[in-house]
Amino acid sequence: MPVRTRVSWIDVAVAVFVFALLFVIIKLGTGMGVPLSPKDQPHIVLDWRMLPYYAGRSLLRMFIAYACSLLFTFIYGRIAALNKTAEKVMIPLLDILQSVPVLGFLSVTVTGFMALFPHSLLGAECASIFAIFTGQVWNMTFSFYASVASLPRELNEAAKVMRFDAFTRFTRLELPFAMIGLVWNSMMSFGGGWFFLAASESITVLNQNIQLPGLGSYMATAMNRGDIPALIEAIVTMVLVIILVDQLFWRPIVAWSQKFKMELSNAGDQPTSWFLNLLRRSALAQWIGRQVFGALGRAIDRAMLHLAKRAQARGPRLRPAPVRRGLKWILLAAAAAVVAYYGYLGVVEVSRLGWRDILHVVVLGCFTALRVFASTALALLWTIPVGVAIGSNQRASQIAQPVVQILASFPANMFFPFIALMYLNWHVNFELGAIPLMMLGTQWYILFNVIAGTMAIPNDLKEATKVLGLRGWERWKRLYLPAIFPYVVNGCVTASGGAWNASIIAELVSWHKHTLVAAGLGAYITEATTRGSWPNIVLSIVAMAVFVTIINRFLWRPLYSFAESRYRIEWSGR
Amino acid sequence: MAVLLELKHVSKRYDAPGEQNVTVLDDVNLTVSEGEFVAILGPSGSGKSTLLRIIAGLVKATSGTVSYLGQPIVDTNPGVSMVFQSFALFPWLTVLENVELGLRYKDLSPQEKRNRALAVIDMIGLDGFEGAYPKELSGGMRQRVGLGRALAMEPDILLMDEPFSALDVLTAENLRRDLLELWLERKIPTKSIILVTHGIEEAVYMADRAIVLSRDPATVIADIKITLPHWRERKDEKFTRLVDRIYSILTHSDEAREVLPSARGESSRRYVALPNVPSGALTGFLELLDDLEIKSDLYKLADELMFDLDDLLPIVEAAQLLGFATVSQGDISLTEVGKQFAAANVLERKELFRIQLKERLPIFERIRWVLESKRNRKMPREFFLEVIRKSVGTEAAEVQLDTIIDWGRYAELFAYDESSRVLYLEDDEDPNRG
Repeated sequence: MPVRTRVSWIDVAVAVFVFALLFVIIKLGTGMGVPLSPKDQPHIVLDWRMLPYYAGRSLLRMFIAYACSLLFTFIYGRIAALNKTAEKVMIPLLDILQSVPVLGFLSVTVTGFMALFPHSLLGAECASIFAIFTGQVWNMTFSFYASVASLPRELNEAAKVMRFDAFTRFTRLELPFAMIGLVWNSMMSFGGGWFFLAASESITVLNQNIQLPGLGSYMATAMNRGDIPALIEAIVTMVLVIILVDQLFWRPIVAWSQKFKMELSNAGDQPTSWFLNLLRRSALAQWIGRQVFGALGRAIDRAMLHLAKRAQARGPRLRPAPVRRGLKWILLAAAAAVVAYYGYLGVVEVSRLGWRDILHVVVLGCFTALRVFASTALALLWTIPVGVAIGSNQRASQIAQPVVQILASFPANMFFPFIALMYLNWHVNFELGAIPLMMLGTQWYILFNVIAGTMAIPNDLKEATKVLGLRGWERWKRLYLPAIFPYVVNGCVTASGGAWNASIIAELVSWHKHTLVAAGLGAYITEATTRGSWPNIVLSIVAMAVFVTIINRFLWRPLYSFAESRYRIEWSGR
Repeated sequence: MAVLLELKHVSKRYDAPGEQNVTVLDDVNLTVSEGEFVAILGPSGSGKSTLLRIIAGLVKATSGTVSYLGQPIVDTNPGVSMVFQSFALFPWLTVLENVELGLRYKDLSPQEKRNRALAVIDMIGLDGFEGAYPKELSGGMRQRVGLGRALAMEPDILLMDEPFSALDVLTAENLRRDLLELWLERKIPTKSIILVTHGIEEAVYMADRAIVLSRDPATVIADIKITLPHWRERKDEKFTRLVDRIYSILTHSDEAREVLPSARGESSRRYVALPNVPSGALTGFLELLDDLEIKSDLYKLADELMFDLDDLLPIVEAAQLLGFATVSQGDISLTEVGKQFAAANVLERKELFRIQLKERLPIFERIRWVLESKRNRKMPREFFLEVIRKSVGTEAAEVQLDTIIDWGRYAELFAYDESSRVLYLEDDEDPNRG
């Protein structure tokens, strides 16, 4: 990702566009908001025998969302990477989109989708999938875009000299080259998706409680009733599902994707998967792979090749340049007009609130920002020593890394009720108590990075430190802290981004008949959503997006590029 | 013989706002006919690869036309395929799949394509490795795959961009012979080969014609027919005489440039591009020359050092630029200052280096002047970058400034802080110095 700290006109235009888009969806939502009839409400049964069914429903949502993310990634990432004009708008747009708080958006999308499919649960289903999708997709798109944009020059030229058509280029060059990064980011995004699943299956919107059959709703129902055994059942199921998906889906894919490594040499330590080995040894699986998927792939390939050859034979259809240019400008102008119109409407809507409200939201945003920083700092406090300890030990890190990955996938909001219970018992001030809640889900990203950073310290450096007799604090100052710094910053970026999103559910926690609220932007969004007050929703979501963007631009990006240029250890000797 | 390819007044400039245009190629005219094996030679950074890419249609010429069979090309040249320096194989495809890609748009059934690909693999000597992935192969075998893929396309013109320079000596020689055999015995339908190389021997060994390019900007300065019968003998006197001739043409083009900085007047204010050579390498080279004590033939020197000419020339150029050495007729010798330098101790060397820098390269005096006139005696790197950018363009400016900083630091003309990216004068420095 290029480092840009200056705000250009594109950023402003894009921000206006997002704002307008948001407003359109909200307007459509309110205009068409048809409620689900109360008697058709799906009913969540708190019975452990129902859990596999619920887990399946949740899983289905996750995979549909993932498939959508993949599709979006390919289309958006490819256009942004190959079209220089589009890139100038699409990448800043992506940057802003990823700082829009997904959960704040939920209320909006639920009403919108429910209006699309009245009298059916499909609307809520779509909204939940959409929430997971928006939680997953940006990372994946960035990764794919970055890969395609950085294709090695000579590979690119080879493809051009061989006159690849778009399909061949995509399947033989772009997708394989992007594969490693895409798989890794997919796995991380999918893991992050559980959090959004848990938060989106059960939601109160416009004074209406909607519950989709799934693990998240099971948990929410248990929370409402104060049913601790049911909550534990839900948690155990969730852990099992995450492990299963990891072992049966992601590990095999990661192991398989190793063949797309660009390094032309055979590196030693390769990720392996027992499940993939099993499949590779199974004659049936091989047969299915060859005769079903292989044949399908070949048929598609042949059909696409046929089409491409026909197009080549026809020769390039060049519309005269002035016409094309004119068309482009007309389209651009139309888009600008629409954006301006809805942007204007949005401003009118928000301006009804008055300066007092806006100021109030900004102050609340500062509170939440402080909590985000505090939660990140708190996480650093324990993850650095623990992470370095684990990372220095080969065996420990081998065991710890997958465990941390699963912990990171686990939706932290499932633990909120327990902590809320503790707070209620001991009368903890929730203004501060919300901080550990925000940390709960995001600390793992930092831990993960610290371990990776420690493992990446070259052995020579460690030995040199030993020979020089550096001990205690001196060793931390000279070796560990500088060496892991780029990794820590990387982890902090992810963690603080996650913490902003988490604030929406962490600043307002309910348990049975009690509700704990901390003053902050997150709680404000949740309250506005429950009340269904559109101006407040628009204002607070935009405010949060602005906060996240500003902090990213002016704190994390500069820090990241500083860390990369100053402390990244490049071991040229290898 | 029929004309296959024709370049007319091809120029390539990189324009950037606020910068002087950087001209890479200037008015290149070239005609390639059927049956010709053409080698394009030139010093590093002379734009010979760019020229090849313009021929392939990968890079658009700023002006001029490239015609294939009399038709100006618009997009990718339909008559070519290309072999790359880095092989450019798809690492996720097997040898067979890589070669088959070259046949993708042929009107053949999948089975025929497979047979054709297998035949090509057989021809390039990779029988038995069809199912291997590129990472399982050695460098030479990888380049064979690259060659096979290009040949499978059955192009009229085969373009080769320094195809042997990433290989070790023996492997490269082996591959050269095999390619030459395919070509000479007409085992491939290719009608012409254009080879970009910096190896003069390589060119004389293989090609029928050597096109020599100058630098900054590149123009064709010589078009030499090579009529020696194949297979050519490297020890043969005619062979070495030809190599020497091309060598002197190449180095002569450098001498012409060398006159510029010492000439006084307007031109002395002009920025002189520095070869990207670390001061340490230059020092080592001068010591070595001093040890050899005699005038040395550059060609033999490169050979003895197991250096490519391409790697040696920038160092030679740096030595010339600073007046430590002179080159004439392909021989290099130390100047008086150069001899002093080689014999001096560390501190004296720095002193000599400093004097030469200030005398011969105006940019160093300018940097000193800027820093001295500032009260805090500091100036950000970006300032000087902007100055250089105007003369050499954005891309080259960073590298240029890195070299300037390296030399300047060695000569203790100024100091540099990487984290704040600031050039400054050290406080404890003797104000009389400089």
